Amino acid sequence: MTSSDSTDYKVLGTRPIRHDGADKVTGRAIYGPDFDTAGLLHGKILRSPHAHARIISIDTSEAEALDGVMAVVTGADWPNNSNGTSMVEDGTGTEIESNSNWLRENLLAGDKVLYAGHAIAGVAAASPHVAEEALALIEVKYEVLEPVLTIQEAMAKNAPILHEGLTTQELGEDSGVVSNTADHFQHTKGNIEKGFEAADVVVEREYNTVMVHQGYIEPHNGTALWNTDGRLHVWCSTQGSFVVRDSLSDLLDIPVSQIRVTPTEIGGGFGGKIPIYVEPVAALLSKKTGSPVKIVMSRKEVFEGSGPTAGSNIKIKLGAKSDGTITAAHAWMAMEAGGYPGSPVGAAAQCVFAAYDIENALVDGYDVVVNKPKTAPYRAPGAPNAAFGMEQAMNELAEMLQMDPIDLRLKNVATEGTRRVDGPTFRRIGAKEVLETMRDHPHYQAAKTEGHGRGIAIGFWFNIGFDSACNIAVNSDGSINLTEGSTDIGGSRTSIAMHAAEVLGIPVEDVRPSVVDTDTIGFTAVTGGSRTTFATGWAAYEAAQDVKKQSIERAASIWDVDSDTLNMEDGVIKSKTDSELKMTFKELASQMSDTGGGITGRASVNPKGVGGSFAGNMVDVSVDDETGKVTIERFTCVQDVGKAIHPSYVEGQMQGGSAQGIGWALNEEYFMNDQGNMANSSLLDYRMPTSLDLPMIDTAIVEVANPGHPFGVRGVGEANIVPPTPAIANAVSDATGNIMTQLPLTPGAVLDSGK
Amino acid sequence: MTTKTHVQTTINGEPVDFLCEPRQSLLECLRDVVGLTGTKEGCNDGNCGACTVKLDGRIVTSCLVLGVEAQGADIETIEGVAEGTNLHPLQLAFLENAALQCGICTPGFIVSAKSLLDQNPNPTEHEIRFWLANNLCRCTGYDKIVRAVQDAAKKMQEAS
Repeated sequence: MTSSDSTDYKVLGTRPIRHDGADKVTGRAIYGPDFDTAGLLHGKILRSPHAHARIISIDTSEAEALDGVMAVVTGADWPNNSNGTSMVEDGTGTEIESNSNWLRENLLAGDKVLYAGHAIAGVAAASPHVAEEALALIEVKYEVLEPVLTIQEAMAKNAPILHEGLTTQELGEDSGVVSNTADHFQHTKGNIEKGFEAADVVVEREYNTVMVHQGYIEPHNGTALWNTDGRLHVWCSTQGSFVVRDSLSDLLDIPVSQIRVTPTEIGGGFGGKIPIYVEPVAALLSKKTGSPVKIVMSRKEVFEGSGPTAGSNIKIKLGAKSDGTITAAHAWMAMEAGGYPGSPVGAAAQCVFAAYDIENALVDGYDVVVNKPKTAPYRAPGAPNAAFGMEQAMNELAEMLQMDPIDLRLKNVATEGTRRVDGPTFRRIGAKEVLETMRDHPHYQAAKTEGHGRGIAIGFWFNIGFDSACNIAVNSDGSINLTEGSTDIGGSRTSIAMHAAEVLGIPVEDVRPSVVDTDTIGFTAVTGGSRTTFATGWAAYEAAQDVKKQSIERAASIWDVDSDTLNMEDGVIKSKTDSELKMTFKELASQMSDTGGGITGRASVNPKGVGGSFAGNMVDVSVDDETGKVTIERFTCVQDVGKAIHPSYVEGQMQGGSAQGIGWALNEEYFMNDQGNMANSSLLDYRMPTSLDLPMIDTAIVEVANPGHPFGVRGVGEANIVPPTPAIANAVSDATGNIMTQLPLTPGAVLDSGK
Repeated sequence: MTTKTHVQTTINGEPVDFLCEPRQSLLECLRDVVGLTGTKEGCNDGNCGACTVKLDGRIVTSCLVLGVEAQGADIETIEGVAEGTNLHPLQLAFLENAALQCGICTPGFIVSAKSLLDQNPNPTEHEIRFWLANNLCRCTGYDKIVRAVQDAAKKMQEAS
């Protein structure tokens, strides 16, 4: 472990047991599908078998007549509200325009279906089985259209058009040209022509990746009760209860004050549970029936009807001097948005060169619609696709220059003051420290086993601020109740509680954190963008400071002294001048009621001091000569986390991101037939890593404090999924001598790479 | 409406009767009829292991067993793993080793791992990985789960 921060903390950096632990190891924790309430109906959703078709008619009469069916809804049941646009956050802190119609039509189709799995109608019935029977009785007449399944097909001249009204935004201007390319943008720095002229060597290559899924184990779910008082209450597994509330308000045309969203425990998300899917359909069904309606997706629906991340077509060209200095870089990247505009190409373009200080660079990004599910955020959206190309090109360059791949990266590494190609200038970052930790790590220092390949790569992801709120109520026994609005997807209740415990000098076990509903806490943005421990932790820090200030003032009033003469350290309030005057926070808490009433602290924050994170991987693989099967023999993940609040859960993020990246590299893909139907929509055929596929995953935490956060915290959750795909590709290249230009590196693809 | 069948079982040591439709899986019966929602559904086709329970001494994915097939069976679910207010060593080890993040797969892992340790009190890392290969976890990368099982095995051996 490297540490540039020697501050002596009492709670931060320890590994307490999570507050929700007992419930989660005994089966008592209530996840979305576990929720039950009196009179509950069960909903199911009819989905399109066609990847591209016009809907001629929908006849629901037979379904409605089935015994036990209470209601059927279709796209015609959406309220006729504005056809406007709203601003949504794209996962990197950038607000992008989103067309409300697209969201609405993605959740219940309008006159066209744009992917196999596109929702068409919802049924509410007394049991899920009856609802399923009813789906089979809904008659939909389609005019089947030719599907567009790849970026190349979609961008081809005379390609079938998904949206007749979609014209390309060309460098910020509406081109007026109807096309499947929703947007083409550029980031430029310096002059790449001059840069390439100055280069001694040039690397240029094209890389392709395919659509993959987040693979959370719990399917999407939601229960809605549209009450007789006009208020809508929704219980669901979501990464952002306020996102659900605001999206429902937009879609259903009712004010946010009429909606209450209670986030249940959530069984994974990785970005995929930021958007909403079944909640508004359940709400429409509840409005029709007057009963609560629960909808839980099947696994097939999760694959075909939720939001995976994009496949991509990326070309990287790098020029460098013989000493390794990169003189020019060009990235041309097109990414699949799915059925509606909005691929992660924006973030990919920001990240592709982020690890390096490059004088002359150009990034071209293309957002392309195809007849596949509408993509949603997936852990560092777009960045792994970009790194798959860039970090392989870096290794190819190192080989041409006969340099160590880590040395080449260190030669060009981005540091404080480096201006990114997309504009912003980095504050203190830890890219260099990550590379140095990798270089000096026993894994990199160890000799390679005969026949194994070794690969390395690094990657960058952001940290976003946004709104978070926190309330703290002091109990008479000196413990505190902490309420916050960030869905706890991996132990964040505890990391947030640790912020408050540190400030107040009390044990973290004396903090009782609760994640509460949208009626009970101030606006809190999503659990995403690597922001939860950073931003909601910051809100807890501020709320605890508020409690601390009030506690000191209360003690001052009890002792009849000026509060400026007191301070509070390690849970004890004492006078700076009179050593007789001291009492513990616990003692003060027991006197609250007699000295003016309870103490409550509060904070709402929107922190700007975000600290992006760099991660690096070192991986050793063996490749079976006959079958092409790749086995991960050794894997090490290094990441700059600023300050590891709860190191066990930080390691867990690093290991989990690595494992998802390994799956992405070796096995996972949306395997589509030529009609655009997914051929592997089960967890048997969509092959995520099992315990038997992976070795132990070693972690090395680097702590380069984020100067923008009171405890130096950086975003941790996402950067770790960026380096695995290129690190593994580099390792396979090292073992086989062949460049890996496409994912996944299945046995067949590895064998073919030599041809 | 389909006629329901009366099924008599023992669940976590207690006699439990329930009525179920022939098409309902044991998983549905446990969750929706009996109200034991600790057993989770991740895929409903036997591939994720979140619904793992012990049925007459063997671990099964309860989504692939029909409720009516459980007639006369002895079933153990996650709700029966702790003894009163005392967590099982595996449950403690999962907490102490941070072997869960979202926790949705945890009940299945604990039921599976308990069955492993019942048969093999001192498994190797490979034996643990092999045994747990039918339980998918998407959050942890399995490292801390394997360590938790090793830790629990060690502590259970020391205690016995």
